[in-house]
Amino acid sequence: MSGTHTDGGGDPVVITPCPDGPLLVRGDFALAPAPGAAPEAARRNVTALCRCGMTGIPPLCDGSHKLSGFRTPRSEPD
Amino acid sequence: MNTQPLSRPSDRPPLPRGPLSAALLRLLSSPEPPPGPDGLCATARDAVEAAEEVLADEDLQLSLFLLYQLHYGPEDYVAGEWEWDPGLLRTRLLLERAHESALRARAPPPGDAPADGEGLADLLFAMTADAARPALATWFARHADPGQLGEFLVHRSLYTLREADPHSWAIPRLRGRAKAALVEIQADEYGGGRPERVHAEIFARTMRGFGLDSRPEAYLDLIPATTLLPMNTMSLFGLHRRHRGAIVGHLAAFEMTSSIPNRLYSRAFGRWGWGAEVREYFDEHVEADAGHEQIAARDLAGGLADAEPALVPEIVFGAAACLYADEQAGAHMLAAWKAGACSLRSVGP
Repeated sequence: MSGTHTDGGGDPVVITPCPDGPLLVRGDFALAPAPGAAPEAARRNVTALCRCGMTGIPPLCDGSHKLSGFRTPRSEPD
Repeated sequence: MNTQPLSRPSDRPPLPRGPLSAALLRLLSSPEPPPGPDGLCATARDAVEAAEEVLADEDLQLSLFLLYQLHYGPEDYVAGEWEWDPGLLRTRLLLERAHESALRARAPPPGDAPADGEGLADLLFAMTADAARPALATWFARHADPGQLGEFLVHRSLYTLREADPHSWAIPRLRGRAKAALVEIQADEYGGGRPERVHAEIFARTMRGFGLDSRPEAYLDLIPATTLLPMNTMSLFGLHRRHRGAIVGHLAAFEMTSSIPNRLYSRAFGRWGWGAEVREYFDEHVEADAGHEQIAARDLAGGLADAEPALVPEIVFGAAACLYADEQAGAHMLAAWKAGACSLRSVGP
């Protein structure tokens, strides 16, 4: 998944909010499991972060948003 | 009562289930083929005509499965070089036509085809919404006994020990955004460069951890047509360029019905004290497929729809066929278990 590289670093981080679903995070980033905890490198090339608060594996998404009827605001058409 | 299912050595042919699979197995396992592939075509035609329900017919589904295995990698009992034999390809096409038309009849599209990729993603999420409350996985997490845990792994082994392979056939047939999305998903399925993270290998550890054989077709004799059906449907879609829309729709529906059931399957194994060596596969898929389903619905299916709008009905067909085939497999297991019966085929004395 090599894309355009930043100076001396890995792939730039790209965050994609999915409608009614998680944030997809791609690129070279680390995740600290809690405030003050040591950051851990992402385990896969795309990480889905929970946005609905219902996940059983925080901060990752486990699909629970489908059970809670979670809705994200839709952008108004131009 | 909890004896483990019996596996089969790979140099011994699987058991035939009717005239067509008997003739096919004779052909595949003889260095000097007796009836010849042309005779096989006639036998296949008769078998299709005689079948009451093509998608549930043991003889037809096993025969189709054995023909597809030539492409994935045949077992040791296969004597000749049959992969591209014109007679066998003709036989396969005959079975595939019957399989495809039965699927189209059983898995009709849910209303009008959406106009663009975004509309398609919305439709796919609607089609798969019921999977958030899965009947089989919910029952399994609460009630499965140790024998049923083993049966479940045997059913799952048919596809999962080759996980992701049927969809990989589609990679060279896609372009641009859809291709990048498929490769992004498949790279994760194949462990992102780490052999021990290949999903099929994680599942092989599950099988061995449970005391089962982890060779892909070791339990083929025990696996009923209802479980051959989903695998054959994937192979049909994956191996034909004209079905590239269907294989994309299939993968989308497959990924979109995975996270929540896998959480429940993991719970079922945990209830009986199984630890990470058995549960890792299911836990991995809770996390992985929550991301894959978004990529599959929006970038893969949605990307293909935007690039080739004419394929939208085929993408929807592939998704509907996936849901239908998986439902047949799951309903068979659930019905057997609720009746206190074994969901596998009985072989031997």
